[in-house]
Amino acid sequence: MNGLRAAFTLFAKECRLEFRTRELLTATVVFSLIIIVFFNFAFDPTPAEARRFGPGLLWIAFFFAGSLMVNPSFAREQTNDTLDALRMAPVPSFAVLAAKILANLVFLSIAEAILVPVFSLFYNVSLVGILGRLALVLFLGTVGLVTTGTVFSAISAHARMRELLLPVLLLPFLTPLLIAAVSTTISLFGEAHELDRTWMIFLIGFDVVFLTTSWLLSDFLAEG
Amino acid sequence: MASAAAPSVAKPGLGIRFERIERRFGALIALRSLSLEIAPGEFVALLGHNGAGKTTLLRITAQLMRPSRGAVTFFAESTDQQVPFRDVKGRTGLVGHSLLLYDELSAEENLTLFAKLYALENVPARVASALQACGLSSRATSQVRTFSRGMRQRLAIARALLHSPSLLLLDEPAAGLDRQGLEWLGATLKRLRGDGCTVIMSTHARNESLELATRAIVLAGGRLQQDTGAGGDLRQLLESMRAEA
Repeated sequence: MNGLRAAFTLFAKECRLEFRTRELLTATVVFSLIIIVFFNFAFDPTPAEARRFGPGLLWIAFFFAGSLMVNPSFAREQTNDTLDALRMAPVPSFAVLAAKILANLVFLSIAEAILVPVFSLFYNVSLVGILGRLALVLFLGTVGLVTTGTVFSAISAHARMRELLLPVLLLPFLTPLLIAAVSTTISLFGEAHELDRTWMIFLIGFDVVFLTTSWLLSDFLAEG
Repeated sequence: MASAAAPSVAKPGLGIRFERIERRFGALIALRSLSLEIAPGEFVALLGHNGAGKTTLLRITAQLMRPSRGAVTFFAESTDQQVPFRDVKGRTGLVGHSLLLYDELSAEENLTLFAKLYALENVPARVASALQACGLSSRATSQVRTFSRGMRQRLAIARALLHSPSLLLLDEPAAGLDRQGLEWLGATLKRLRGDGCTVIMSTHARNESLELATRAIVLAGGRLQQDTGAGGDLRQLLESMRAEA
């Protein structure tokens, strides 16, 4: 089967499974909302402080949301050994991985679409005039986050303490991405509302490197 | 359940050659220097006690596991007509210990997903036919998690047969099936044998479907203990194993 068609067939399956139960989305959004609201009450930042420290908080919330979200990507295939069925089907291994990356991208983007307005409201940070560019930064950061997260979800799927192992493995690899994403978001929230091009290029480079790596490792990752 | 509604095998069966296969799990040796050749269209009963290496051999045949040593090759009509691994992938059906089905999807959605992945033509008709064959048409839209063990097993078998495999690997396929289900399984296997599909079935000696087998292989401690050979007399072997069981 054509790899692209297989990836979309599997992506539709991932969406159907998630939207039928909404387990991941609900848990992730609620958890991230708690972080954002809790920090607001704990620190009560001024608008200037919020513009400076808010991006860090926002990306920490996205990181935890992403960690929660990618964790069951491969683990849920263990229930009835469905990964074996996918491995036996005449589809490229990368189609299986790409479908999961795409599904996680959509799910995390939905969570972000709920979290960002709440952040704007609670921290008094106006998004007027920067929404398009912010969406681009969120997209690039989220692609890197879910790509790396999905790859590590495949690696840690058979581990006994995978819920703990995944964030521990993930954080060192995602630190450069988080620094770049936070720095770009800070530049956007600043007085000039400008994008930091250097960090933007870094984000694009990170995404390209990790997407290529996931493609190269897909046969190994599918073996479980 | 109507076995006649199931699709027939379009391609001839696959032959398999195992050359000095060894599989280790740490210190445990599951298969020890196993050499075997199975001709296309053979119906092989794979027998042996728990831990004999039956499931490991089936998983290696399904390319879900690599042997630690040795090689597996697949061939068409004769051993010099090797079939590449990538072609074998889409021509193999597996009914394993696990169901290989998504609990949260309906029976119809599960079969449709795999029909699409195998790039089958006329998917809705094929899925409807498979559901009718396994007697689950009335529960087509019900989620698999609501099914009984027997219904799940029938659906798992229907999924494995959906793409008309040339090589069918069955690991205890009768597990959970009621009398009606066993009759359907027997009729389906009889049809597959008639169509020339290669079947390797791991099961216990009391399974009635064993009467269909053209060859029996007994594993013990990861070694080949007994092989009746193609067209050999299975009756004596089965009787002694049934008496032992």
